Amino acid sequence: MTRVLVLHLAVLAGLAALGAVLPAYHHGMMARILMLAVYAIGYNIAFGYTGLLSLGHAMFLGAGMMAAGLWVQQGGSAAAALGLGALAGLGAATLTGVLALRTAGVSFMIVTLMFAQAFYLTLLYFGAITGGDEGFPLPAAGRQLMGLDLSQDGPRYAVALAIFAVALLVQLALVRSRFGRTLVAMRENEERSRMLGYNPFTTKLAALAISGLFSGVAGAGYGLLFGYVGASFATIQYSILPMLYVLLGGAGTTLGPLLGAVLMFYLIDTASSLTELSLAVIGAALLFLVLFAPKGILGTLRDRGIRWLP
Amino acid sequence: MGTGPLLLLATLEGTVMAAVLALAAVGLSLSFGVMRVVNVAHGEFFMLGAVLAWAVAQAVPSAPLGFVAALVICPVLVGALAYAIDAGLLRRLKHDPEATIVATIGLSYILQQGALSLFGPDARPVEAPFTLRLQLPWFGYSGYKLFVVVAAALVLLAVWWVMTRSRAGLVMRATQIDRATARAFGINVDRVYAGTFALGAGLAAVAAVLIVPIQQAHYLMGHDPLLLSFIVVIIGGLGSIRGTLIAALVIGLADGILSMLYPPTLAKIFATLAVALVLVFRPQGLFGARP
Amino acid sequence: MKTLPRRSVLTGLAAGSALALGGLPRFVQAQSAAPIKLGFQLHRTGIGAAYGRWYERTAQAALALVNAQGGINGRPVEILFEDDGTDPKRGAEVVEKLTTQHGCDLIFGPLFSHVVIGSAPRAGELKVPYLVCSEGYHVASGMLNRWTLQPGITDVRAQVSSMAPWVTQTLGKRVTMVFPDYAFGHDHRDFFTEAVKAQGGEVIAQIAVPPTETSFTRYFPQIPAETEVLYHVMVGPAVLTFVKELGEFYGSGDRPQIFGFIDSLEAVDLAAPGLEFLEGTYFWEAHNRVKQADAPEWEATYRAAVGVDDNGASVSDARDVATYSHMFSVWETLFTIKKGMEAAGYQSPADRQKFVEALEAMTTFDAGLDHVQGAKVFNGKTHQVFGSQFISKVEGGKLMRVHQTSIADGQYPDAVDYTAQSF
Repeated sequence: MTRVLVLHLAVLAGLAALGAVLPAYHHGMMARILMLAVYAIGYNIAFGYTGLLSLGHAMFLGAGMMAAGLWVQQGGSAAAALGLGALAGLGAATLTGVLALRTAGVSFMIVTLMFAQAFYLTLLYFGAITGGDEGFPLPAAGRQLMGLDLSQDGPRYAVALAIFAVALLVQLALVRSRFGRTLVAMRENEERSRMLGYNPFTTKLAALAISGLFSGVAGAGYGLLFGYVGASFATIQYSILPMLYVLLGGAGTTLGPLLGAVLMFYLIDTASSLTELSLAVIGAALLFLVLFAPKGILGTLRDRGIRWLP
Repeated sequence: MGTGPLLLLATLEGTVMAAVLALAAVGLSLSFGVMRVVNVAHGEFFMLGAVLAWAVAQAVPSAPLGFVAALVICPVLVGALAYAIDAGLLRRLKHDPEATIVATIGLSYILQQGALSLFGPDARPVEAPFTLRLQLPWFGYSGYKLFVVVAAALVLLAVWWVMTRSRAGLVMRATQIDRATARAFGINVDRVYAGTFALGAGLAAVAAVLIVPIQQAHYLMGHDPLLLSFIVVIIGGLGSIRGTLIAALVIGLADGILSMLYPPTLAKIFATLAVALVLVFRPQGLFGARP
Repeated sequence: MKTLPRRSVLTGLAAGSALALGGLPRFVQAQSAAPIKLGFQLHRTGIGAAYGRWYERTAQAALALVNAQGGINGRPVEILFEDDGTDPKRGAEVVEKLTTQHGCDLIFGPLFSHVVIGSAPRAGELKVPYLVCSEGYHVASGMLNRWTLQPGITDVRAQVSSMAPWVTQTLGKRVTMVFPDYAFGHDHRDFFTEAVKAQGGEVIAQIAVPPTETSFTRYFPQIPAETEVLYHVMVGPAVLTFVKELGEFYGSGDRPQIFGFIDSLEAVDLAAPGLEFLEGTYFWEAHNRVKQADAPEWEATYRAAVGVDDNGASVSDARDVATYSHMFSVWETLFTIKKGMEAAGYQSPADRQKFVEALEAMTTFDAGLDHVQGAKVFNGKTHQVFGSQFISKVEGGKLMRVHQTSIADGQYPDAVDYTAQSF
């Protein structure tokens, strides 16, 4: 346990150090990546640990972002907005789960996709409130968190790192708990876990709800840190994104979401600067992964000897 | 416009939409049914068919001739590509359902990029093989759209015949029911899979060639047919041609009529939720044709 | 540096040689000979790609001309293009990348409103001038910030308001509108309805079409029979389907007057099969796609520079129709940047604020090769430019201008005073 904890704290310390030394561009990008990594951690809990392949997480991200954005737009505080975002993600995921978890496999994928699509259209339909497809920028007054001005680079990075740190450590505690082992049992063999007395429905629902909560926090954080809220974050591309991150870094590993988010972000960023073929680069990365490293980077490392990797 | 003509138009449009849905979905239904894998790139095969149809039509001076040429060439090209993809990629993944989903998501990005780089980002029109505008007392209607309905019926009939009456269909059904036993009886399962995948993609291309005169070829156009095909296939039942047809009709007509009753965006929300709820509460509708 | 597409190079060379000032341009009087770096936020992929391609060509052509004329403040100019995927999140990242990684002096070029609104906050935080070519009402509505300006193209509110008098007086007073059911369409709905009312007309039906729609026929029965004018505007790859189905619906039967926004057919060939019914209908254009008989002398130079023939298509491919009513904004924005930087004595990013103030102080732009679309009035308080609009009639398959609005027709009370905001 100590070895694991030390590794995680070292990663966080490393990130804090990076905050001090990174040049401006990468400093800003890293703050974005940390928020996306929180989202990916949420996805990892559902997909990596519990085996729920969802294509609807953009709804949870979008719900959290929109709740926080509307709250701040009405003059609410940023701290409460983060809480509201978490609640919105949790609520959306619970509602989705109650219905969608009656299905499994491909049907679960499609149902979550449909719900997310309906949510996206709803945001457009109530465009007078949500800003529709255009979205809206957040007022500067609402982007103050405990005396920190989130529009400034330093505080922004600090807050992003703080949110990420909480998410990472909560995830670690979760997956090492009894509940976390139940999740993995559910992923590996649902029938056997049922015979052992676990209720698959409530277990998976809890996992999805927690996953939604993380996603909602990520959405709210992203909106507050970068000052814009819009329906485009609820489109299907944003459901595929965390799947890419998690697959790349390693599904069912605690640090996989972060590693995947960093690598994929810079892969896309570099590809779209150097070539006109950015879409193909994403595609090729996915094919490479699924062919040669289906367990992702950390999953492969864990298989090849570093067995203690959580 | 009175209620009568209004209903007539809604029904016409609903039927055309049903035909489009059925055409787009039947290929997916096939690969889904026989191989038990979800091909996320199905919409991109459709898109490729449409974009290639445009390219062929550009090369052939006469519109009817270009259309016929596209109808022959595009499905073959797309089918061949799909065959290669199955043999070179999906077989290596042993057609594992989740790995296939991820791989075909990757493929769909690559195919989109290919279309964008080779054919550009514009929406490209393809001329219909004939122009016939039916002038009714209340409104005009495209004769070609009605042709699409007939063509869809013929394509579905052909697929049904192949699946139930031909040796190839027998082999495919045998593989669908029990892969191991089929192999034991000397069926080359790998070839059946690649063939099915190619056939599914080829059907998507056929659908695209038929539909592209009423829509346009565009590198992002695969997204909608993909979603719609999923809906139709799942509601209609795994691998069931009849189910695909019924689902397409129900969804096509319901969508047409709902959007007359409610603000259209609201109707889309209702329709999307309805599909999701059907999936949730009538899972037997999903795998209705499972033997 | 990325390599330029061959065509851009050729058109750039054409522009350069057409205007060569005798020998190589000289960048002598500058204190620093380092190039001025402009960032271009480009819709290279995603839903805006059809526009993005022409925006890139126009920018390259304008750049060649600016450099041939001696650059800005005697310094050579270069443009760095970054793809934003027509996505607001990536848009903000691109602003950041161009500013902090590439050290661009300013950023310009985006068209799609959601990208503009998603990126503007970051531009404001980075304190980098952000010049949009979008025609959205987001700048003058006051929702953005002091660093965001739109000096190259009139916004939708002014466009539709200025055309309402002609439409109601010439075509009819009972109008039905068909528009996409999102913000761009809502701007049309709100401001055109208001303007028609002010003219004593009435919008009798508003038909909103969901943005995901690919088939439109079923919406047409909602057009009331007593409609005198059908006003349509649509965007995205399905626009041609929309117009074709409109033609099928009316067929040879009675139809109202049809007035469309050229957005419904931007980058689409009017000779496409199924569009014959458009003969005798009207379109708004910001810049006449077909070269008019009375076109000013610089029009030919501009067309040659951006590689567009007299019909509005690419000189190398007649089927490749330009986004002619929008792309001039990129050209004009670049020349406005030149003027602003020279007025501000711009030397380095430290002068960015001076540059914005210099732009805010501008009031009019004269028509000419630098303002090819026509003369304009710039409102420094709302950061928005206003120009004349054109109404064209389809005659013999070509768009021929029948009316030109005055700039005053489109002006409206200020909704914001950006100059009162802090930097």
